[in-house]
Amino acid sequence: MTVKIVNIGMNHESAPVELRECMASTQEGVALALACMRESEWIREGLFLSTCNRVEAIYTTDNPEEAKKAVISMLSRLGNIAEEHFISNIYIYEDAEALKHIFRVASSLDSMVVGEPQILGQIKEAYHQAAVTEKTSGVILNRLMHRAFHVAKRVKTETGISEAAVSISDAAVELAKKIFYGLKGRQVLLIGAGEMAELAARHLIGNGVNSLIVANRSFDKAIQVADLFNGKAVFFEEIESYILEVDIVITSTASMDFVVTHDLVKNSLRKRRNRPLFFIDIAVPRDVDPSVNDLENVYLYDIDDLKEVVKENTEQRKEEALKAERIVQEEVIRFERWLKTLDVVPTIISLKDKIDSLRKAEMEKSISALGDLTPSQLKAIEALTASLADKIINDPILVLKSKADRRSKDVYLDVTRKLFSLDKDNNKRT
Amino acid sequence: MAEILYKIALFLILLSTGGFIVYIIKQQKKVFKLSYMILFVGFIFHTLFLAHQYYTLGAAPVINLKSTLSFFSWCIIGVYLIFQLRFGLMVLGSFVAPLAAILMIISTAIPGMEFAVKPMLKSAWLTVHVGTIFIGDGIFAITFMAAIMYLIQERHIKKKTRGSFYSRLPSLETLDSINHYSLMYGFPFLTLGMVSGAIYAQYALGSYWRWDPKEVWSLITWLSYAVLLHERLAVGWRGRRAALLSIVCFFILIFTFIGGSLWLSDYHSFDSLGDLSG
Repeated sequence: MTVKIVNIGMNHESAPVELRECMASTQEGVALALACMRESEWIREGLFLSTCNRVEAIYTTDNPEEAKKAVISMLSRLGNIAEEHFISNIYIYEDAEALKHIFRVASSLDSMVVGEPQILGQIKEAYHQAAVTEKTSGVILNRLMHRAFHVAKRVKTETGISEAAVSISDAAVELAKKIFYGLKGRQVLLIGAGEMAELAARHLIGNGVNSLIVANRSFDKAIQVADLFNGKAVFFEEIESYILEVDIVITSTASMDFVVTHDLVKNSLRKRRNRPLFFIDIAVPRDVDPSVNDLENVYLYDIDDLKEVVKENTEQRKEEALKAERIVQEEVIRFERWLKTLDVVPTIISLKDKIDSLRKAEMEKSISALGDLTPSQLKAIEALTASLADKIINDPILVLKSKADRRSKDVYLDVTRKLFSLDKDNNKRT
Repeated sequence: MAEILYKIALFLILLSTGGFIVYIIKQQKKVFKLSYMILFVGFIFHTLFLAHQYYTLGAAPVINLKSTLSFFSWCIIGVYLIFQLRFGLMVLGSFVAPLAAILMIISTAIPGMEFAVKPMLKSAWLTVHVGTIFIGDGIFAITFMAAIMYLIQERHIKKKTRGSFYSRLPSLETLDSINHYSLMYGFPFLTLGMVSGAIYAQYALGSYWRWDPKEVWSLITWLSYAVLLHERLAVGWRGRRAALLSIVCFFILIFTFIGGSLWLSDYHSFDSLGDLSG
């Protein structure tokens, strides 16, 4: 019976957030899960990953049915939730499917935000806990996880999947990074307080922007939004003086006229000593006079421009995703080939054991008949028999190894075991 | 010996230029690292070649257009290698290496002529004069390349076209600050080169300044860079305008170098370097 690699899990697609919340566990929870897997007699090696967006149990087993039961009951205990409440929200992958899924998760192809970098770190942590702390992973999972890290690296370096911005806010951040040398320490002026503008501001802050100034016609609302981001609220009439200080301006008022006019920006340039100024105009109708973009060191992107960026990137990302899937598939095939070589290993080992035990038995018999031997003579006989035995089984072993990933493998294994009567030998011993 | 050193240097520089071009297309870091290493080794061979020339000639190897172009290329590469350590801007190599390679190729294509080196050229002042000028020129070559990169990137962002260079080039501010710093570092070298040239002329020819066309054009070059520096530091010029002016300045510099050496000059021209009496 060959070993199966199985993956049971749930992600943002299969399960609603309430359920994922239940399953999300701390390091102790993971330790508990690993302990359960170690104690189950059906599970050979185990690894457990739990993040806010997914739960994955990866294990190897000889008996998939029993192992599955064990893991599901473990999940039920861990989340403190009855099996029937989550059984329809989990997925179970075996062998090639499981490999593919794990590789996709590690390369962030299965993430809610494709290409986000955190997941790889989380997997590395989970692997560390399984391999070093709890010692539940073994030959197969260790290798599998190392391959997964390798796949993730390949996907990252060989495809542009994690680069392209696919939301309006991402696009704004991406552009800001092409204008400024890093966003750290930059100041943002938010004019008007639409939902989308807030989102863009949040993204910029997430990327290192550290101070936010909010101007709104209703000062109340300005304070409300400013408090949200630890920012500063100013009067709408103060825009002109604050434009002198900030680096990025996001506008989203309901005004029918331009709030930021060509002259206003032009007059500020000299006082700003020509530091670059980036306008993100999310409002419809527009708030910033388009001719502002013609001024030196001033860059203006309105909502349509940003949408265009997103559209291009989405198309580009589709192409990159295809490339990434190809890499995953390639590595799955490679790993399967390696797994198959594992099948021939037990036969090779018992072949070696058998020949060696025969050799030792014959040596014992002959030594007594040979009479007194000097230690060097004894050593020579030992070496002779050992090398003879090695030479005899060398070719059969090579043939077995070469058939490892062929379909005819089973025939060769069968023949080898019969020719050398390896199974009888085992029976006799036990 | 010199021939072999030069050929190895040329080969390595061309190889690394190829690598840098592959890097900007493929964007693989290891390609960059390899190209940088090759360029560095090429630079060492080039240095050995120049040292050997200096030793055998007894004068700085800048006595004809062929050797001067190769020396210019050496300066550009040296400056780039240092800038790379300082700024870590990988894509810069893809712009600078081809420029250095082109100068090397031109230098190789010019037939070398053997001629006696006049005693006047065997002066430490000449080495200082030419050395500082060319280090300055090498740094200005970086200013020039950063300006071109800036204009390409700015165009992409302003026109909202975002072509293939958009993702490969760094931010506008990064390019502008390379332009800025290389200008600040280059200018003192150019100044030093002109001053040492004047002192050398005083010793060798008896006067500091002779209104030789190359001297006049050098002064024009120096003044243009001075204007650019002034606008940047005092007026607060940045970005596009500064980039454009630094490109103009570099063209004046090249004109001074090539024109002054071949057609315009009186005693600065390479033709007359051999005949001039000390």
